[in-house]
Amino acid sequence: MEKNPMRRQLAIMRQALFDQGYLDEQFIQLEELQDDANPNFVEEVVTSYYRDSARLILKIEQALERKPFDFNKLDGYMHQFKGSSSSIGAKKVKAESTLFREHCNSGNGEGCVRAFQQLKQEYATLKKKLEAYFQLARQAGPMETACRPK
Amino acid sequence: MTMEEKMGGSNGEDGSKDRFPVGMRVLAVDDDPICLKVLENLLRKCQYHVSTTNQAITALKMLRENRNRYDMVISDVNMPDMDGFKLLELVGLEMDLPVIMLSAHSDTKLVMKGITHGACDYLLKPVRIEELKNIWQHVVRRKKPDSKDQINPPNQDKARRGTGEAGQTSTSSSDQKVNKKRKDQSEDEEEEGEDNEHENEDPSTQKKPRVVWSVELHRKFVAAVNQLGLDKAVPKKILDLMNVEGLTRENVASHLQKYRLYLKRLSSVATQQANMVAVLGSKDPSYLRMGSLDGFGDFRTLTGPGRLSSASLSSYQPGGMFGRLNSSAALSLRGISPRVIQPGHSQTLNNSINGLGNIQPAVLPSNQNQNGTLFQGIPTSIELNQLSQNKSTNHFGEFNRDNDPNVFGVATNFQDARVTVGSSSNSLSTASGNPLLLQANTQQTQYSGAFGNHSSLGVTSLNQESFDMDVCGSSNFLDHGRRNENWQGTVQPSNFSSSSLSTSEVFSCEQLPTNNLQENISWTRSHLSNSPIDLSSSMANSVRLEDSRGDVPSQVGLNNNVIQNIDYTAKQQWGDRRHNYNENLNHSFSRVDSLVSASGSMMDRSNALSTKATDVSLFSQLSSDAPYVFQHPEGEKSAFDTKLRSNEDFLFEQTKPHNGFSQNNFESLEDLMSSMIKPEQNNETPLIEGEFGFDAYTLGSCM
Repeated sequence: MEKNPMRRQLAIMRQALFDQGYLDEQFIQLEELQDDANPNFVEEVVTSYYRDSARLILKIEQALERKPFDFNKLDGYMHQFKGSSSSIGAKKVKAESTLFREHCNSGNGEGCVRAFQQLKQEYATLKKKLEAYFQLARQAGPMETACRPK
Repeated sequence: MTMEEKMGGSNGEDGSKDRFPVGMRVLAVDDDPICLKVLENLLRKCQYHVSTTNQAITALKMLRENRNRYDMVISDVNMPDMDGFKLLELVGLEMDLPVIMLSAHSDTKLVMKGITHGACDYLLKPVRIEELKNIWQHVVRRKKPDSKDQINPPNQDKARRGTGEAGQTSTSSSDQKVNKKRKDQSEDEEEEGEDNEHENEDPSTQKKPRVVWSVELHRKFVAAVNQLGLDKAVPKKILDLMNVEGLTRENVASHLQKYRLYLKRLSSVATQQANMVAVLGSKDPSYLRMGSLDGFGDFRTLTGPGRLSSASLSSYQPGGMFGRLNSSAALSLRGISPRVIQPGHSQTLNNSINGLGNIQPAVLPSNQNQNGTLFQGIPTSIELNQLSQNKSTNHFGEFNRDNDPNVFGVATNFQDARVTVGSSSNSLSTASGNPLLLQANTQQTQYSGAFGNHSSLGVTSLNQESFDMDVCGSSNFLDHGRRNENWQGTVQPSNFSSSSLSTSEVFSCEQLPTNNLQENISWTRSHLSNSPIDLSSSMANSVRLEDSRGDVPSQVGLNNNVIQNIDYTAKQQWGDRRHNYNENLNHSFSRVDSLVSASGSMMDRSNALSTKATDVSLFSQLSSDAPYVFQHPEGEKSAFDTKLRSNEDFLFEQTKPHNGFSQNNFESLEDLMSSMIKPEQNNETPLIEGEFGFDAYTLGSCM
């Protein structure tokens, strides 16, 4: 009973993430992979993502501090970053990384820097939203089991 | 998603035969842990049995441990330790497993690359489960070429046409062939197509047991192909020539396909790099041996030229490998190359030589260009294009000529001797390898990289037979830059399961002469007339091996580029190898020339002997000079050197007793070669396998 509103809230939150373009269907795929055998699959994946990609972000940042830019390396990092991001369905982040790579390819250092700033922002925003989402899901989840039907 | 058991479920997949595709065993490789995890779960959801690893090298190891443990491989394209394409090739050649590429890129060029490297499919990340649900079809296609007509016919037809096979519309002859054709879009498949048609009539194999292409078998195969000429090599004829019981046309056809691919790859490889090294590294110890040997051998030869530029040393390593490859693979390739090179076949040789001559110019450029195509010898595949030279001659027969350029090119760049290695690896390649080496020396970087990479690719795949793999590997090694590294990796190619080797072998032989690309090329050319090994010719042009056996010894001093000497590889595989070395030795080209000429003449002899001698001489020369780059890409040089020395000694000693070839120089070389070749396993000198090539070189250098 209480969880209904919570569940409902969760659903709304989730839908908003999709509607606002933060997540794409890949996220749904992840959700589908979640089952009894893997009850927290999605959260696990997302958590791993943030952990691993943080390192990449750092590397990119460091690379951007060294002038002149090593576009190849930057491109390589970003390629990898893009791969991970797309695996979890991080739509906006993925878009920003594509943009970044385009700048890399054209040797546009300025563009790279700007794109990277954007990307970091999107990345951070999504992270917050997902954290909130999972928190709610955890609350809604256990509540479900904990609440014995009355 | 229910994987319905299709096609009768029990297509005999190892492992869950009855419920296939359920339980299909997939190996997933991706360096990104997130993607890997997601992929793993997706696959599990499809009811496949999944193993994962985030390193390509580990993946290879797992695959090699037990070929039958996996049904399919899914691999990412961008991986830090090894290029996904390289892994793809290796797996395809060694294990004949369907490989699916994954990438976040949807670049057309990459997709094309995947296809030409033999991928069954190319998926974009993020992967969706719907796509994964159907991947089992690739496994089925491979296993049931005939019975899976239903699936394949349309594909096959398309593939056939797509590949432009000359009217091969042998549908259904083998799905895999078809698929490959499609993917490879190589003209090579034509023959297969034809064969396929025949095979259609053949009992639709129900999942024939996988044939293991041993060195011996591959050697026969290569010999048969050589005899027929790559263009005319039809599986049926090859099968008949090989005269092996239990071997079906289908087996031959698919092996031929791979071989062709390999060759092609060799010629276009040039860019594969370092991965090969990685691959090699992980490869069997045999490779290492080879590598070391090769390196050693190369070193020897190189040492002559010694100069090979440090890089070359390392690069040579692969050369060494080639030598080894040559030994094993060379044997097989030798068949090919020797043919060509053999004086008896002089025509071919001559052609090749001429080709080489032609190549020379071409070759040279290649060196510069880095045409890793060491394999010039590897005519068909390698497309010397890289060399920008005559690449066209890539054909096997021609490889002498063209190959060399590639090889040479490679060699030159190589310095790393890889080039030679690559070429030499295949015993044949040695010849070519040498040139490359020689060339490489000059160019060094350019080619080796390109070539090296390439070769390594091929080479590695060869694994099996350590054939020429070395050679191939060497070619790959050539990656100029990588040379050293590549060698390692390339060495592995020796493992090529023979398929690769053959190609490499082929190349090497021929190439050898050309390798000298720069100088060698011209030299080798002259030289080539005798035997493909012209490598030497390039070396010293002046050296003109033509039967100047006697000269050879004296000449030896000329080219460090043992390459020349190496040319004569024709006969003996090692001859080729040696050439490779010689060639690689570029440094010692001068010496080599002399040697080469000697060898050249030797080659004519059609006895490897001559080559041997030359090689030996070359080696001696080389050894003296060149820091035998060959092998030690890693820095094993020192070891290598020692090895070289020892090899040299060995060679010399060996040569004598073995061949009894009167030519002293030659004899020793030959002996060495023979000893090397034969033992493969371990003839006295570890070199033998790969070293074979070395010996030649060392011989030369010794002298």
